[in-house]
Amino acid sequence: MTENLAALLYLIASVCFIMALKGLSSPETARHGNIYGIAGMVIAIGTTLALPIMSGYVGIAIAIIIGGAAGTFIALRIHMTALPQLVAAFHSLVGLAAVCVAAAAFYAPDAYGIGTVGAIHRESLVEMSLGTAIGAITFTGSVIAFAKLQALISGAPMMFPGQHPLNAVLGLVLVVLIVYFVMDQPALVFWLIVLLSLALGFLLILPIGGADMPVVISMLNSYSGWAACGIGFTLGNSLLIVTGALVGSSGAILSYIMCKGMNRSIFNVVLGGFGTEGGTVAAGAGQGDKTVKAGSADDAAFILKNASSVIIVPGYGMAVAQAQHALREMADLLKKEGVTVRYAIHPVAGRMPGHMNVLLAEANVPYDEVLELEEINRDFATTDVAFVIGANDVTNPAAKTDPKSPIYGMPILDVEKAKTVLFVKRSMASGYAGVENELFYRPNTMMLFGDAKKMCEEIVKAMGA
Amino acid sequence: MDTSPVAGHAQDLAGQAHDLANQLDGLAQQVGALSAQAAQAGGHGDVFVFFLTVFVLAVFVGYYVVWRVTPALHSPLMSVTNAISSVIVVGALIASAGRSFSEGIGLVAVALASVNIFGGFIVTQRMLQMFKKKMK
Repeated sequence: MTENLAALLYLIASVCFIMALKGLSSPETARHGNIYGIAGMVIAIGTTLALPIMSGYVGIAIAIIIGGAAGTFIALRIHMTALPQLVAAFHSLVGLAAVCVAAAAFYAPDAYGIGTVGAIHRESLVEMSLGTAIGAITFTGSVIAFAKLQALISGAPMMFPGQHPLNAVLGLVLVVLIVYFVMDQPALVFWLIVLLSLALGFLLILPIGGADMPVVISMLNSYSGWAACGIGFTLGNSLLIVTGALVGSSGAILSYIMCKGMNRSIFNVVLGGFGTEGGTVAAGAGQGDKTVKAGSADDAAFILKNASSVIIVPGYGMAVAQAQHALREMADLLKKEGVTVRYAIHPVAGRMPGHMNVLLAEANVPYDEVLELEEINRDFATTDVAFVIGANDVTNPAAKTDPKSPIYGMPILDVEKAKTVLFVKRSMASGYAGVENELFYRPNTMMLFGDAKKMCEEIVKAMGA
Repeated sequence: MDTSPVAGHAQDLAGQAHDLANQLDGLAQQVGALSAQAAQAGGHGDVFVFFLTVFVLAVFVGYYVVWRVTPALHSPLMSVTNAISSVIVVGALIASAGRSFSEGIGLVAVALASVNIFGGFIVTQRMLQMFKKKMK
């Protein structure tokens, strides 16, 4: 295969990847998009295998079969509720693969035409060290994100004194090492860069709390793209550059959307520790004199049945309780009674962008009943019942009224405007941000204490009776 | 009788000329090496600028395409970008054609990326399948 032909085929693969992302602009075209993605990948791998320098197909076949089998097995068995940690785990693999490729390029530069051992072109070294560093940060960062999401380690922000100065120093040392590596390219420094970046990824993600994971996952998604990009520059491969840039900007945009959904800057999220200080104090105050109206499943069933329109607001609690199927059953019964049922999704509900949409889709909720914040927020005022299940902070009116609140300015779903608000919650505990929700004490609010799934099942039973 | 000093002088001259020639040769070689270096550097510079162009354009394409993705599909977007970022397997495959260390680590990278490629596309397909069923 000539170089030009290979370059053209790589170009086709790049276009396929762009089409894959473009397909996601609507659920109808999305599956075609995925096919494009697969086609692009097949073309990319096939083209590479047909390059004249390739050899050792047996080893490659074994590696692909092992990796492919593992990936297929995991992807087919995974529960949709475990999606965020799966994605985090996959990100870590991309990061690690990037480091491996960079190491291979460092020890066998002639294979990529970027110089000889010990005399690699300086430009390639810049890109190589950047790709390596980003890849290594992605790897350990994603491993920590995975561990937090899988609850292997506490999801709470982990802070220790001097954390930020330490990270800053490590970052500076990393830059110095990269400069030194580019000047002199000693192997030791290459591995030092790898080690230091691994440590940085670990330290950067550790202080970030569980509910900030949508941002973290998007950010790591972005990093894995930039790592691929760096490797693409090193190897002079435009396919890697284009794909890396697509993935990188996609992750960056998602991070931006998530940050906006919380009204926080990316730095604020990365520096972490949200809700560890003032928040808990705020939750402690104010309780006591206010009264909470708690209801039973029967009360809820009665209220829901007599409503003409219901908006369901799901949150992470629904995912934890795996309540989506029971919830949909409840919604189906309501629809049979002639009640209009719709779902309102806050951008940062759940642990990854679009998490709630996938769970509801899994439970066969038609996607045209599932609306985004901007689309539905106006309608709460004309709605009879807002059914909040496993969400808290995203409904807290303090975000609009209390400038002192840590979540002030965050866009929220205006559930308080509905005639009645039903809160399915396990306890009165405050949400992730550590802020008390004044909505609990409103006269038109009824708390339904219990596990989200059980509560939905009981409501279904009560409605049938 | 006078010839010997003249001859000696001539010999000196010849020696000097030889040295000069040698020096010139060395200089010429240096110039050659320099220009080759310059050409190489210039060549790489061009290539770099080319790839930078590709990169910047791709970032713009990514920016506009991703903003059009409906928020409901942000999870599949994440898993599909995850799958396609495993295109890094291309670099891994080339590495595996190298010698010993390079081959070993290349194959490891191929295996890692393969987990991602298969896993990423399959999980995306599973998600999108669920969205598809809703076509009433």
